[in-house]
Amino acid sequence: MKTKLIAMMMGGVLAASMNVSAETVVLHNGRLVTEGAGGVIGHGSVVIEDGVIKAMGEAIATPPGARVIELNGAVVTPALFGGLAEFGVREVDSESQTDDSTLRLGQMRPEFDPSLAFNPESTALSVSRIEGIGFGVIVPGAPYSRRGASNGSVISGQTAIARFDGRGPRGPHYLSVQLGRTGADLAGGSRAAVYMWLDQAFNEALSNAKDQDDNHVLTPEGRKVMKQLLEHSGTVLLYANRASDIREGVTYALKHKLKPIIVGGAEAWRVSSLLASQHVPVVLDPLTDLPESFDQIGSTMENAARLHKAGVAIAFSLTAQDQAMARKLRQAAGNAVAHGLDWDTAMAAITVTPAQIFGVDGEYGRLAVGRRANLTVWSGDPLEMSSLVQSVWLDGHEQSLVTRQTLLRDRYLPKVQSHQAR
Amino acid sequence: MTKLIQRFSLGGVALTISLTALGSSFDGAKDPYPSTYAVQNSTPVLLQDGTVLVGNGTRLEHADVLLQNGKVAAVGAHLTAPAGATVINVAGKTITPGIIDIHSHLGVYPSPSTEGNDDGNEATAPSTAQVWAEHSVWPQDPGFEMALEGGVTTLEILPGSANLIGGRSAVLKNVAATTVQAMKFPGARQGLKMACGENPKRVYGKGRNTAPSTRMGNMAGYRAQWVEAKSYLAEWKKYREDVAAGGDRAAKAHEPKRDLRLDTLASVLNGEIDVQMHCYRADEMAQAIDLSQEFGYTIAAFHHAVEAYKIADRLAEKHICAAMWADWWGFKMEANDGIQENIALVDLAPNSCAIVHSDSEEGIQRLNQEAAKAMAHGNAMGLKITPEHAIQWITQNPAKALKIDDKVGTIEVGKMADVVVWSTDPFSTYSITERIYIDGVLQFDRAHPAATPRSDFMLGQSAANGVSP
Repeated sequence: MKTKLIAMMMGGVLAASMNVSAETVVLHNGRLVTEGAGGVIGHGSVVIEDGVIKAMGEAIATPPGARVIELNGAVVTPALFGGLAEFGVREVDSESQTDDSTLRLGQMRPEFDPSLAFNPESTALSVSRIEGIGFGVIVPGAPYSRRGASNGSVISGQTAIARFDGRGPRGPHYLSVQLGRTGADLAGGSRAAVYMWLDQAFNEALSNAKDQDDNHVLTPEGRKVMKQLLEHSGTVLLYANRASDIREGVTYALKHKLKPIIVGGAEAWRVSSLLASQHVPVVLDPLTDLPESFDQIGSTMENAARLHKAGVAIAFSLTAQDQAMARKLRQAAGNAVAHGLDWDTAMAAITVTPAQIFGVDGEYGRLAVGRRANLTVWSGDPLEMSSLVQSVWLDGHEQSLVTRQTLLRDRYLPKVQSHQAR
Repeated sequence: MTKLIQRFSLGGVALTISLTALGSSFDGAKDPYPSTYAVQNSTPVLLQDGTVLVGNGTRLEHADVLLQNGKVAAVGAHLTAPAGATVINVAGKTITPGIIDIHSHLGVYPSPSTEGNDDGNEATAPSTAQVWAEHSVWPQDPGFEMALEGGVTTLEILPGSANLIGGRSAVLKNVAATTVQAMKFPGARQGLKMACGENPKRVYGKGRNTAPSTRMGNMAGYRAQWVEAKSYLAEWKKYREDVAAGGDRAAKAHEPKRDLRLDTLASVLNGEIDVQMHCYRADEMAQAIDLSQEFGYTIAAFHHAVEAYKIADRLAEKHICAAMWADWWGFKMEANDGIQENIALVDLAPNSCAIVHSDSEEGIQRLNQEAAKAMAHGNAMGLKITPEHAIQWITQNPAKALKIDDKVGTIEVGKMADVVVWSTDPFSTYSITERIYIDGVLQFDRAHPAATPRSDFMLGQSAANGVSP
């Protein structure tokens, strides 16, 4: 035990990845949850060559000279989704100097892309990375205030994909729109006013308005973004919990030929037939089961199961926590299973389904031959808290499992142990 | 009393003795609003052939548990069902003591979160020792019934952490009731909520430009309060002595003016109320311990205690519990050094008292899973933490910190029959509660959802009851 810890400390570089160039690695005899055509392979191996999955399956020959990592039945999954949060753009919530997630101009700026502030050295990224998380969605914050005062707008800006190995964020970029009570506060007091602002923004984007018109809500740059969105039937994230807000928002988006994604969706189960028929996915927190506000009186632990049963695509994200707590998402998925969702769908909701919803399923969410390895090895079922990460591979590189937190642990464990020995 | 003294620092012993000299004269901790909770009659229940995590570190396989007259009447193999008993086979299931959450704001920060019911922080002065959390509790908070479904049968409701000294806490039984008095745990002591660190200095310094605005301001703020409380206590003591002396001295005795804030603080100095202290950083916990020794009072537990692992030995030596989250970190500077091994490291110190708490209407619903995470990370360090050991973090240990461990926290004969039947190993994410007894009364039965307590607030809320038209 002690030797292992010392070795960990000596090798305690905080660098995200180890050099594995031109190496062939075999992850031998694992339970492979591919989330793809392969389904679940009970006793399989994965061959990673130069970072790319070269072969995967039950009877795979070990290439000569390969480094073999014996899994002894450990579980291999795609690297997990971390949900929607301020990944890499906020470090310590209460310290504004570490927060680049939110625009407080009091103007509508759809062109705002917080991912340009992405800090790959954020300790919150490494803490999530060693818990098997490979990707997540960077969201612009809504400067929401409980008293209704606000210095933001109903359009918060654009989302991007955070890559937890620290490479720069990537697209696609989706527009983030606040409906419901948060939207109401940002819109001037009423949730109905959200649509007033959106109408004006859309009309401006499509008209040949003069730049210097004082009544404009958009800058010329903002108009470009909105025009593109409308002309290309772009995707909008609609933050909404109340069933009527979800219905109104979806109807509005579809009227403008936009593709809506519901985020929050505490009462989405109540409008599941609309969501299913219009192929609107829902990003929800399976742990939302209290009427925390008048926007979500219908919260229930069965939200995920009911939506899935109705044919709605679901992905998971924690709403009550933030960029630091992505590692809790697999626990939330397990709780959805405890309340009626099947295991496969719950697992997909933190892997392949969000990758599809957010347009990165070519890179994340599945194990497939020919792709760069983005995967996690678990000691057991990832939805059980007794299971822990054994190794993480992102963009083909095995990731260091050292973080500030493991270094703190290694510093203080001997101190407690020496006391114990007395 | 012996037990009380053992838990005290040296200064506390002296003061406890001086209280004895006072006799019952000082009534600051007397409860003018006593519990009206009455245990309902129940038929005896025999739970047969389950795995029992007793709550004291042991486990029993294929064991029976008999609940009778509100108490655990017997635990063991092949018990005989008394006449009229309900016999339930729980083979393959796990029985645990009712879970105890030592840190909750249910009722004082209820769902839905509204301005009208925002009653958790009397943030009008840095010391509001005169306020009692129970007077803010809204018994219709739907969070209570969700916590019950999570197996929580006892909980301590605390004022928030805006103030250096926030007020008195209340220990409640998680029974559906229309009044808070009918939830109060009979005979449980009140606690005093105090807070270290960022919150008080932010609320007052940054928020209002009044003291405290710094951590040194925090410390000076507490000390000034205790100095006042000491002289208040001395005034009362002198008055009682004068009265007792009789004659001229008694005739000239002047009754001090009663002060509700100082009543509370003096009761802490008396040893009748323990301090429950919100404190994240190791260095601040060490200072809070020094402070308690300077004035001679007991800190029952540090709450949140994100850095408790850095001083695990000291906390154990001082018999101070640490109530912690399994994995919260990073939301403010004083939470920046949170690690997932915190609970296991605190627990590792000899004679320690590690507690898993929630401080969250979500977390309180699955404290079993919080304990599971802490156990897993402890075991990954090479420790050998068993489920029967880890269950103590959410049963016996919080009971000890609340000084109700003679009544709840374990499944032992004579204890209150607060018992949870889990569908499977409670440390599994997939485990759900099936039956929950409080004082032998079936309060939750998953097979009969209609019988489950339901908040008045939820009645007629069509949003909760079906698909949208």
